[in-house]
Amino acid sequence: MHIVICIKQVPDSAQIRVHPVTNTIMRQGVPTIINPYDLFALEEALRLRDAYGGEVTVLTMGPPMAEDALRKALGYGADRAVLLTDRYFAGSDTLATSFALSQAIAKVGETFGTPDLVFTGKQTIDGDTAQVGPGIAKRLGLLQLTYVAKIPSIDLAAGEIKVERRSEGGTQMLKSRLPCLITMLEGTNEIRRGSIHDALCAARSQVLKWSAADAGIEDLTKCGLRGSPTVVKRVFAPAARAQKAALIDTAEKALRDVADELITAIFTRQPALEHELAFNGGA
Amino acid sequence: MSTANRETPRPAAGRAGIKKELPAHFKDYRHVWVFIELERGQVHPVSFELLGEGRKLADKLEVQLAGVVLGPPGEAVGNAVAEAFAYGADLVYIAEAPLLADYRNEPFTKAMTDLVDTHKPEILLLGATTLGRDLAGSVATTLQTGLTADCTELDVDTDSSLAATRPTFGGSLLCTIYTLNFRPQMATVRPRVMPMPQRTDKPVGRVIRHKLSLAEDEIATKVLGFLPDNQSAKANLAYADVVVAGGLGLGAAENLQLVKNLARAIGAEHGCSRPLVQKSWMPADRQIGQTGKTIRPKLYIAAGISGAVQHRVGVEGADLIVAINTDPNAPIFDFAHLGIVTDAIRFLPALTEAFTRRLSPHSRDKLAS
Ligand SMILES: Cc1cc2nc3c(=O)[nH]c(=O)nc-3n(C[C@H](O)[C@H](O)[C@H](O)COP(=O)(O)OP(=O)(O)OC[C@H]3O[C@@H](n4cnc5c(N)ncnc54)[C@H](O)[C@@H]3O)c2cc1C
Ligand SMILES: Nc1ncnc2c1ncn2[C@@H]1O[C@H](COP(=O)(O)O)[C@@H](O)[C@H]1O
Repeated sequence: MHIVICIKQVPDSAQIRVHPVTNTIMRQGVPTIINPYDLFALEEALRLRDAYGGEVTVLTMGPPMAEDALRKALGYGADRAVLLTDRYFAGSDTLATSFALSQAIAKVGETFGTPDLVFTGKQTIDGDTAQVGPGIAKRLGLLQLTYVAKIPSIDLAAGEIKVERRSEGGTQMLKSRLPCLITMLEGTNEIRRGSIHDALCAARSQVLKWSAADAGIEDLTKCGLRGSPTVVKRVFAPAARAQKAALIDTAEKALRDVADELITAIFTRQPALEHELAFNGGA
Repeated sequence: MSTANRETPRPAAGRAGIKKELPAHFKDYRHVWVFIELERGQVHPVSFELLGEGRKLADKLEVQLAGVVLGPPGEAVGNAVAEAFAYGADLVYIAEAPLLADYRNEPFTKAMTDLVDTHKPEILLLGATTLGRDLAGSVATTLQTGLTADCTELDVDTDSSLAATRPTFGGSLLCTIYTLNFRPQMATVRPRVMPMPQRTDKPVGRVIRHKLSLAEDEIATKVLGFLPDNQSAKANLAYADVVVAGGLGLGAAENLQLVKNLARAIGAEHGCSRPLVQKSWMPADRQIGQTGKTIRPKLYIAAGISGAVQHRVGVEGADLIVAINTDPNAPIFDFAHLGIVTDAIRFLPALTEAFTRRLSPHSRDKLAS
């Protein structure tokens, strides 16, 4: 079985700061990580390979330094890594991103065997759209299974896959056909510690670097800023609330009195609540 | 499709930013559509919230507001249509077919894209639910148009384009995104981000039916079963009127009982900040914030929560925010309405007790008299 998994290198957004005056992202010194959601997809891909045999190819589109993310993935045990990098991809929105990635997946298929499964994470923490996965599926004409929590079985001979997928208010049990694209839900597994063997292999492996031309992309108008139907017109900081919270004084008061004072303040601001709580409460 | 998947979301400069003349074949794209999400007989309330937003956009553009209902033949579709009118739709498009019974990507994408191709809306809004996100991504790619995910504000620009604003970089910044030269302009909005509009009983208006030309044996994906969430997971945090939440300031998993006790005493739902989910102190569906639930209660009480921007964006719609925190400089006091600088572990029991006293049957009598 051949599995392609798309990962993205993202800035560790917990550490991102916004410049207070210019409202630009201060990226200097912000470490990059593999998009945390993608690790669940990577682990699932590795698990399926271990169970059913085959190979895992990791793919990312990004700047040259995204090679680090791929090296990490090789260290976890992926068999092959492809970095799609070209200045033509700069400024891609999700439509352009899914175009480039789908072309690269097609090329990976031609070169190393058609994938049976393509994985993506649920969403990225910087783009945060959950659209690139469905976009790739549509462009490659793959069936799409999003928010998958579990893959109970795959029947390679019959080309069948069963999944449990998160849906509103419950879990949907689905049967579908291979090849398909799966976006993996978070919290479904835990990324393995790469073995020493994998670490050694990773150190020796080559990360394949593909330009747009290498990936067989002819129509450059579908890439990058030009291929992006959406345009970011304005970036701005959220408005601060005019007033800070009114603080209830606690000095030299019994907690009980402070609590009463707070409740009175709540009901003064929202009088209707007093009745509602009286009837809701389990008091 | 959408957004700030870009390396850096920066205002577009040069060619791509300039409004070109809309290609001729898009000129007859008019009206605002809202996807009415119907699953297992129920309309998701986000659909009504979107009708409220859609109404404003349609009025500004002086066009019509339409609902789109996809579902199996039967009562549920009829109800959904009636509700769509009650929440402000001028007309409703329906595709009714047995194979639209359970959500599956293939038939829903086909039905929606066929409808768009036939009737040509200029704006298409969907809820950012698991269903809506699954559908929106495929529809936008099929139609090769722009899609902006998880918008927090929608407006019409002076040149009549849709201005879709969404948080970016973990909520630290907002960006406004346009789909200038493609139609329809698509956007998704998370439940509870927009207020629920007023419902008014209205007669069912114009209904346009679409016949879905797709047979069950053309669909590869089959539904084998559905396992509803258990009762606790069903907890409707997003739609609760009163929410009490705890954060890392509570110090230990067992202190969450204090939050639950207060919640029970006042008939509230309980929730938490993200680190508590990461520590497995609470299940993921209790998380409030950008990567959890957006809430819009009448009263929100946050205990031991610092008020990071990712938490803030999930609670800003609350009518009244009360913060309990030991640090007077905690950012939560910048957006809470009422604050108490004190130890939540000691204060929560006192507050629970005080509420219970105040709301006891005795004082309830007083209220009634
Ligand atoms: C991509 C991304 C997405 C995120 N999404 C979310 C999200 O959806 N929701 C979310 O909540 N967070 C989210 N976060 C995390 C967020 O940035 C914060 O780290 C998190 O909200 C902090 O949680 P906290 O307030 O409970 O903990 P802390 O920030 O550690 O704050 C604890 C607070 O408790 C106070 N305190 C300490 N002791 C006491 C006491 N005894 N009594 C009262 N107060 C006390 C402290 O003064 C402090 O203010 C996200 C982060 C990232 C990077
Ligand atoms: N530049 C990229 N390179 C590789 N995979 C990506 C890229 N951008 C997004 N993805 C994949 O698509 C998923 C959804 O991304 P998004 O639509 O940005 O939320 C991610 O979890 C990744 O698996």
